[in-house]
Amino acid sequence: MSAVLDPHGHGAADHGHDDHHGAPHGWRRWVYATNHKDIGTLYLLFAFTMFIIGGVLALLIRAELFQPGLQLVNPELFNQFTTMHGLIMVFGAIMPAFVGFANWMIPLQIGASDMAFARMNNFSFWLMIPAALMLAGSFFMPGGAPATGWTIYAPLTLQMGPSMDASILALHLLGASSIMGSINIIVTILNMRAPGMTLMKMPMFVWTWLITAYLLIAVMPVLAGAITMVLTDRHFGTTFFNPAGGGDPVMFQHIFWFFGHPEVYIMILPAFGIISQIVPAFSRKRLFGYASMVYATSSIAILSFIVWAHHMYTTGMPVTGQLFFMYATMLISVPTGVKVFNWIATMWKGSMSFETPMLFAVGFIFVFTMGGFTGLILSMAPIDLQLQDGYYVVAHFHYVLVAGSLFTMFAGYYYWSPKWTGVMYNETRGKIHFWWTLISFNVTFFPMHFLGLAGMPRRYADYPMQFADFNAWASFGAFAFGFAQVYFFFFIVLPTMRGQGEKAAQRPWEAAEGLEWEVPSPAPFHTFENPPKLNADANRIVA
Amino acid sequence: MRLRQNNLLMLRKLTVVALGMFAFGYALIPIYKHICEMTGINILALGEKELPGSGNARLSKADNSQVDTSRTITVEFDANARGPWQFKPMQSSVQVHPGQLMSVMYEFQNVQDRSMSAQAIPSYAPSEASAHFNKMECFCFNQYTLAPGEKKQWPVVFVIDPKLSKSVNTITLSYTFFEVGSKTPAAPGSKVSAVSVSGEGV
Repeated sequence: MSAVLDPHGHGAADHGHDDHHGAPHGWRRWVYATNHKDIGTLYLLFAFTMFIIGGVLALLIRAELFQPGLQLVNPELFNQFTTMHGLIMVFGAIMPAFVGFANWMIPLQIGASDMAFARMNNFSFWLMIPAALMLAGSFFMPGGAPATGWTIYAPLTLQMGPSMDASILALHLLGASSIMGSINIIVTILNMRAPGMTLMKMPMFVWTWLITAYLLIAVMPVLAGAITMVLTDRHFGTTFFNPAGGGDPVMFQHIFWFFGHPEVYIMILPAFGIISQIVPAFSRKRLFGYASMVYATSSIAILSFIVWAHHMYTTGMPVTGQLFFMYATMLISVPTGVKVFNWIATMWKGSMSFETPMLFAVGFIFVFTMGGFTGLILSMAPIDLQLQDGYYVVAHFHYVLVAGSLFTMFAGYYYWSPKWTGVMYNETRGKIHFWWTLISFNVTFFPMHFLGLAGMPRRYADYPMQFADFNAWASFGAFAFGFAQVYFFFFIVLPTMRGQGEKAAQRPWEAAEGLEWEVPSPAPFHTFENPPKLNADANRIVA
Repeated sequence: MRLRQNNLLMLRKLTVVALGMFAFGYALIPIYKHICEMTGINILALGEKELPGSGNARLSKADNSQVDTSRTITVEFDANARGPWQFKPMQSSVQVHPGQLMSVMYEFQNVQDRSMSAQAIPSYAPSEASAHFNKMECFCFNQYTLAPGEKKQWPVVFVIDPKLSKSVNTITLSYTFFEVGSKTPAAPGSKVSAVSVSGEGV
């Protein structure tokens, strides 16, 4: 990212004062980074690296499942792949990527000079490196990586080898990093907004991240508690989850999903925020129903705390419990529906254009809504009893996590990268990336619905002959999807990072609103060192 | 540096929240236990709720059914010994409300000079009552071996389902005792409806 790589070269004359105390050079700049833009870049690069590692694991899984029978890996290794694919994608790719977006964009969008705690920000990022090394390194420990599934259910976790301890420690570090990052984000948003930027004038991305950060603070410590209990059960003689000592393995699931369900909204709410910025920009209209968007996001966050046991219908839950969690889960589709209809109403009669960010945003709305519908189907206890732990569930959560979170990150990248790098990406390549990704995504995951309905269980290295065709399709699509992302990195990201391409205007999208478009492209190393004066809508600087 | 102080204050508050949530993770264990105890939602079978600690789900299920005191059914007991042994009910009849648990005794004596194995087969009159006549415990569930001259008393515990048709006021429960592994002697006088010895409801 040229702005970042050469902070002194791009200071426009009128922003020269911003550069008078520039960044240190060389490796010190990154290791000692306290600038929110540098840390945002680090987060995004780290997340992309982990995304590639997790993606390679996914392709190993799909390669094994290309045909029935065992061809490439043994079942133990296969289970390690599925586990690590999940952990790396959730904790290493999606969450850090959104934190990267938050670091880059939140100070720019609220007119703050930087994050509230710059050194803690640095610490949050660098905690992730040892955690990632420990997670990835667990493959080389005796007994291999954890093979419990990403949900690390006790009592299986109590029986795993030493790699389980490494993973628990890694999750502790990642959790600590997330909590520090969230505290930073909350303090920044609540205390450091430019004068005139009231809460209800904040951009939606800032709003969704504020709510996400509260969710993170509320549930990451609960996960830390759960895995600490696993750790003490393993080594210090406690029996939280060991029935032999009076514990209860199902209790782990309750605690885990008390974290786990808000966690899935942690991974999607910032995505909603990004979409809520992009759709109005390319529809050339204001966001329809801004206030209802804010309240819907808050409702989703609150409801997320009372639906956790819909992951556990088959644990022998009483019917009363099943009914409660079933209705509560269905209730979530109301605020989610509010959001989807608001996006559609924003596009309605808009003067729409379909640059790559908008393509990804519309693609997101289409495919994410399908994932939402399968979620509604799965929320029904009688149906879930049939589909639990099957490929229908795999299809569902990939529709909402890949098509939901990942697509919006692509959309956000295309939307904001002109501001980050100072150059426009190549529009043709962007469109190739979009269509290639959308089609291969559906080829990969759509057949999984049929596999799940036909009864194929997840987390198995082998399957009966009747599932062969759909699995072959899914594997074919997965490899196509993987290559699309390699194409994205080498033909879209790398050129813009090197500054190749058309020079980006300060406001490259004609109807894009927000303070981030009030600073030059690329964004100077220091922005908003003095609080800007804002107009009534708090989306422009008045001189 | 008001801003710095405000930021640090909020940092402290949020850190306390995070630590509190860590403790809450541990607190979830007793919280779950108490909520389940208080609301009773984790008691899966209704029977367990009625009779805590009862391992006999069938008994507790019957106990839970409503006693219909508006009706009284006369249950007559009959016994047929198909062979040289004595077999009779201790009471010839009882009055019982539908849904009410009732227990009666049958007496059996092996008067032969050899040991014998035998099993009783029940039948009901009228036959439509058999579906609503729930025996919780009955000697007819098992075979018994009796030494020469041995005398035994066995209970029958039953409850009549309140869904029994209103037209039925009297039920006759008849047992026929067969020796297991021996030839069945012909019915003397065939006054018992031997054809209905189907073993249904055993």
